[in-house]
Amino acid sequence: MLELSLNILDIAQNSFRAGANLIEITIFEDSYHKEITVVIEDNGSGMTEETAQSVTDPFFTSRQTRKIGMGIPLFKMAAEMTGGSFALESKPGIGTKVSAVFKTESIDFIPLGDMGQTLSLLFGTKAGTQINYVHRVDGRSFELKSETLQNILGDVPLNSPEVSTWISDYVNQEINIIRGGV
Amino acid sequence: MKTIEELNAIRERAKADMTVREDNTDVIRVVVGMATCGIAAGARPVINAFTNEIARRRLKNVSVSQTGCIGMCQYEPIVEVIEKDKEKVTYVKVTEDMVQRIVNDHLVNGNVVLEFTVGAIAK
Repeated sequence: MLELSLNILDIAQNSFRAGANLIEITIFEDSYHKEITVVIEDNGSGMTEETAQSVTDPFFTSRQTRKIGMGIPLFKMAAEMTGGSFALESKPGIGTKVSAVFKTESIDFIPLGDMGQTLSLLFGTKAGTQINYVHRVDGRSFELKSETLQNILGDVPLNSPEVSTWISDYVNQEINIIRGGV
Repeated sequence: MKTIEELNAIRERAKADMTVREDNTDVIRVVVGMATCGIAAGARPVINAFTNEIARRRLKNVSVSQTGCIGMCQYEPIVEVIEKDKEKVTYVKVTEDMVQRIVNDHLVNGNVVLEFTVGAIAK
């Protein structure tokens, strides 16, 4: 993966498959500690302890069609190769929380990339699944809930092309603002 | 500067478009593979390019959606164009540069871009 936002897109898609109706994505850019923390939490079906331990193995997948699942292993590797860390907590019937810390000064650190594109796709993936996004940069923060947009849009789906384009541009603009850009 | 208020205008425009779509049964579905393999191969900028191009041209009879891995990971990013009563067309190793041509030739004018299809590339 060339951007962390691609890993985030990939990992969050597991939450849809787990039947979650709430997915919370939190990104914290901490310039003092030179770290980025990414947390993806859902209220989906969750996993047993045994399953939760095996998902970091690339030769494990819940999918029936073939025997390889690379999503979680790639994300874990992206974090650990920067000297950061990875954690996965899951409880059957409660949900799953995936978190990773990236050391931004490492030569192996992959930039966060285009979160606008990632969020516009996630917001448009499945009607009825609420996504709450929180992005903090040191003391500043930006929050966006898919529910807020859906309330304004009414019957117009979040995956309609004009809406997707708006979400992508809006998110990138707001992230740029909290990073101190204009 | 994008504002939340712009969504009101988008809603009104989209509602008008949806009324048009109800009368128009020939909806074309563009489906992009967005599993780990697709994403790693560059599917996100491709789906984004389709969305932008379709929004820009205000095409009312085209929908863009995502799907999982369809088992030809080596040919990702894969884009399927599905139209009622027509054979499904599978474009493989799609890049952003190819999107405008697929939208123009295939989605708008109905001419499949044969050289980008799985039949032409997977030999």
